[in-house]
Amino acid sequence: MKAVCWQGVNELSVERVPDPAILNAQDAIVKVTASTTCGSDLHLLGGHIPAMRAGDVIGHEFLGEIVETGPEVTRHRPGDRVVVCSIIGCGRCWSCRHGDWSLCENSNPNPGITDLMWGGSTAGIFGYSHAMGGFRGSHAEYVRVPFADHNAFTVPEGVSDMDAVFASDAVPTGWMGADLGGVRPGDVVAVWGCGGVGQMAARAAMLLGAERVVAIDRYPERLAMTTRHVGCEVVDYTTTDVVSELRERTGGRGPDVCIEAVGMEADSTGLQRVYDGVKQRLRLEQDRPAAVREAIHACRKGGSVFVLGVFAGFVDKFPLGALMNKGLTLRGAQQHGQRYIPKLLELIGRGDLKPSHLATHTMTLDEGPRGYDLFRNKKDGCVRAVFRPWI
Amino acid sequence: MRRLIAAAAVAAAGLGAARWAAARGRMPVSARDPLAAGRWLGVTINRPPEEVAPGERLPEPLTRVDAEVRMNRAPGGRGTELYARPRGRTARAEGALTRLRGEDSRTAVRTALREAKSLLETGDVLRSDEEIATTRPTLPGKVLDLALGRASEGGRL
Repeated sequence: MKAVCWQGVNELSVERVPDPAILNAQDAIVKVTASTTCGSDLHLLGGHIPAMRAGDVIGHEFLGEIVETGPEVTRHRPGDRVVVCSIIGCGRCWSCRHGDWSLCENSNPNPGITDLMWGGSTAGIFGYSHAMGGFRGSHAEYVRVPFADHNAFTVPEGVSDMDAVFASDAVPTGWMGADLGGVRPGDVVAVWGCGGVGQMAARAAMLLGAERVVAIDRYPERLAMTTRHVGCEVVDYTTTDVVSELRERTGGRGPDVCIEAVGMEADSTGLQRVYDGVKQRLRLEQDRPAAVREAIHACRKGGSVFVLGVFAGFVDKFPLGALMNKGLTLRGAQQHGQRYIPKLLELIGRGDLKPSHLATHTMTLDEGPRGYDLFRNKKDGCVRAVFRPWI
Repeated sequence: MRRLIAAAAVAAAGLGAARWAAARGRMPVSARDPLAAGRWLGVTINRPPEEVAPGERLPEPLTRVDAEVRMNRAPGGRGTELYARPRGRTARAEGALTRLRGEDSRTAVRTALREAKSLLETGDVLRSDEEIATTRPTLPGKVLDLALGRASEGGRL
């Protein structure tokens, strides 16, 4: 079959690879009908997650049709149209049972790497390096889905493919940031990043009752898209001092909840930009945390900061003093998607969420490298490129 | 490759300097764990003790290793804490080289515990797609292979 493969830093190609197979009795094989780029893929492409091998299939946010099931799959059958959570959970360990699916204790066959890096192993993720289990990604014609009863969700009639595909990752990740960030009715919420996840976090905050939501980015087309499709306020950080602006919009308090949806390659301005850039290039700092720093400074005393963007290692100049003395709550997680996807599909079905606008570019699998070029370099207003292998 | 060699050289120089300073008593060193070889490896299984070892029968993976085993109910309704350690353990913990060669007796026990947990909780031990490889050999890949070679046997227990 055809697949988009990582070949080295910033190098992708479309290759013929062996078809996936049922390896465990609870597996299913899914024929991929839509698979989208995600900002976190850029960390793989850029070599910031050093556990990739040449030839690895990438992609983790996808929709498809079940074509084969293992003998112990009971909730699905061939022909089901399913959205699959990008995080793989077993559904039965203590973490999964308590809704913390990205902490699954049985879905990463290579636990030694993340355990060494972080002092604990985390769940497997499709197409996200050998540290996350070495599972093949979804930018392919077919993909194997482990523990299919727990990770694949039947898409209701009436929900379009282009809406459903984002229920795999962007929508539940954004929702989790607002939910676990503790958004309550009447809150003021600030979201750093107007990519797919940031926009969905802003929309989730609104649906959870936030009175004001402010989204922050620097790309005019993303700010305009957020205004138009999410309906919240926006701030361009290249023309506005974000912390001062947020203070002014909140009676001097700062936002109650700050959601960071940028990740380890955060851009910034001024001296901080140069400092982080140099340190990261010299490998003296693994991740650039500019947005996290700003969120902590901007947050109101006693408020909450949630880190949704992907980080892998160590950061420099982390404002621990501000965190401690302002009495902030800091949380983060890879998405616990299975906890939210059924409810989110309902919201999409009712029209309360409509993420399909994120799919600015739809293309074939053969155009994978070009899709990532558009996506990575924000060319042609690209927010997400969606690959459709069978169209 | 040059970057890799430079990084290795910097790391080696740093380690050398640290050892030199430590040897001269100028820097406190982190203590070696004197109990490392005899410590119990533990895993918490989200099942009650009567399901973990019905009729005192151990989970199958643990019958394949020569290990002492003990268990107790986990606090807070978290199931069962299952512990094991190799029998006839050596006085010192086995070194990194032994682990890399796959000859560390604790590795086999750690793997058995993890498989026991997975079997009891999910009925299976998940296999990786790496079994049907799509990758090709490269030089950086060789370095990664060294790290990944034993990654399936690691993990906190």
